[in-house]
Amino acid sequence: MTAIRRASPTRWSREDRSTFLWAMLFLSPWIIGFVVFTAIPMLWSLFLSFTSYSPLTGNAPLVGLANYQRIPTDPKVTTALWNTMYFTVLFVPLSTILSIFLASLLNRIGNRTSGFFRTAFYLPNITPAVATGTLFILVLANPDGLLNSFLRFFGITGPSWLNDPAWLKPGIVIMMLWSIGGTIVILFAALRNVPAELHEAAEIDGANTFQRFRNVTLPLISGALFFVIIINTIAAIQLFSEVYTIFGGQRQGAVGNDAALFYVMYLFREAFETFRMGYASALAWLLFVIVGIITAIQFRLSKRFVYYENG
Amino acid sequence: MAIERTPVGPGAGAASPAAPGTVPVALPGTQSRTASRPMTPRRIAERVVFIVLLLFFTLLFVYPFIWLLSASLKTTTEVFNNVLIPNPPHFENYTNLIGQQPVLNWAWNSFVVSVLAATTVTISSALVAFAFAYFRFPGRNLLFGLVLATLLLPGTVTMIPTFLIWNFLGFNNSLVPLWAGNLFGSAFYIFLLRQFFMTLPRELFEAARVDGANHLRIWWSIALPLTRAALVVVFVFELKAAWTDLLKPLIFLHDIALYTLPRGLKAIVDNPSIGGQKEWELLAAAGVIVTVPMIIVFFLGQRYFLEGIATTGSKG
Repeated sequence: MTAIRRASPTRWSREDRSTFLWAMLFLSPWIIGFVVFTAIPMLWSLFLSFTSYSPLTGNAPLVGLANYQRIPTDPKVTTALWNTMYFTVLFVPLSTILSIFLASLLNRIGNRTSGFFRTAFYLPNITPAVATGTLFILVLANPDGLLNSFLRFFGITGPSWLNDPAWLKPGIVIMMLWSIGGTIVILFAALRNVPAELHEAAEIDGANTFQRFRNVTLPLISGALFFVIIINTIAAIQLFSEVYTIFGGQRQGAVGNDAALFYVMYLFREAFETFRMGYASALAWLLFVIVGIITAIQFRLSKRFVYYENG
Repeated sequence: MAIERTPVGPGAGAASPAAPGTVPVALPGTQSRTASRPMTPRRIAERVVFIVLLLFFTLLFVYPFIWLLSASLKTTTEVFNNVLIPNPPHFENYTNLIGQQPVLNWAWNSFVVSVLAATTVTISSALVAFAFAYFRFPGRNLLFGLVLATLLLPGTVTMIPTFLIWNFLGFNNSLVPLWAGNLFGSAFYIFLLRQFFMTLPRELFEAARVDGANHLRIWWSIALPLTRAALVVVFVFELKAAWTDLLKPLIFLHDIALYTLPRGLKAIVDNPSIGGQKEWELLAAAGVIVTVPMIIVFFLGQRYFLEGIATTGSKG
């Protein structure tokens, strides 16, 4: 593009104006989309959270802070928050460790062979969430499901993954760990960018495998690691489709009390099954604040732990 | 790179299997670690252990698919019998399912929604991304910052008003809300494509300007063909996202004939005459029908899926 000349800081040349109009034309889809599907919905959702709106009546009577005051006294919210936290705290570290382990193995066997394994590991990722849920209804079935048959092979009697409240969430963690292929592929790409000479140098200096991993590999992949941890945490907090398939809709109540009630599932139920959209909007804003705080904490921590090559 | 290149130690460098004629310079990141090392018996043993371990995990990741396929060809009593190849295979499970439920309708709806969603989001995101990479105008960085900020916004916050907006526009209980939002681009793809457009040399555009091409022409005839690979990444990602989505169909689709395949599968799981009767083979068949098209798309566009997902990590 030709250089932009300015007659004065306040007056635009004809060319400046033309460029600006073209830019706005190109950006117009996003600007319209941002206003209609992000800005207005956010304000609307905030407004709804102060009403008891229901699409069944069409009325949105203002109720002040009543929805927010109800949240801490709602036992379902406590249960849903606890279940969601339980799942996230179990799933995020396990998925990260397992992904690093598998990505490191892939990185050690050379690129040609690793292609086959990467494809295999990624396959569960392209499986629709509903299909994953359906599959795991069968995998986690007791006593003859795939998992318990596998455990029986080793002489272990597996629990009732889909009915026993104590084993529901570990079962769900296993289901979600099945789809960590995306994380593996990202970490594998990061590992491949670690220069081999650094490892060799460290090895010559007498560093053992663990020391090399801790002091060479880990700092160099910390950026990608941080990325997958944030993404997986946000996704874990918003766990929905897979568990809704198994435990939601008409199957709700088929399973032990509320052991499988997760936050977004409860939010969805309030909004689109009982149509208490005012209360559901308040729940959505609480989720927004929780996700915001957790992401902010993770960004703060990353400043201390993530190594940036260029400063 | 801030770290100084350390000289490669004796043995390790000297014995590296460099092909004759190639310059024996270690390219960081382009060489697999094993390639630069001599194959001592210990390393061979190590490699065997690694591959056996990986094969074990491959089995864990892939076996459930095979098991599901096998279950879909059994009778109700055989589903959990631990026989991998059903004898005889009951292909009629599929025809029974298609006879019982409007599966073909659902497949068609899924196809239409996925193709429209992927096409619209690719074009609109490319247009917006190009503007951010190409034009220089006041407020550009601020607007791009806004794009990035929406990336971190959990979709659940805007879920309810988005439903109300489509409902107000008269599109509740139609396929439109499942794809039409993509006409306005998507923050993640805008971000991804902008990175690719920024790698194109500016002189290319300037030359076209001199030749009298307008900006739209430059975008369509120069920028898009040069970023074809990135556009395919966006297309296949969105194809997968639209095909697998359950939430939007749950919210917007109320007539059984309008369901997409995932929504239909959830209905089958919920159906008391299938899930309740424990006709697991029909559930399995439905699961196979929903998944197989994605597996085909994945194998056709494998390179784009794997490179695309790896790129997200390094750009993020």
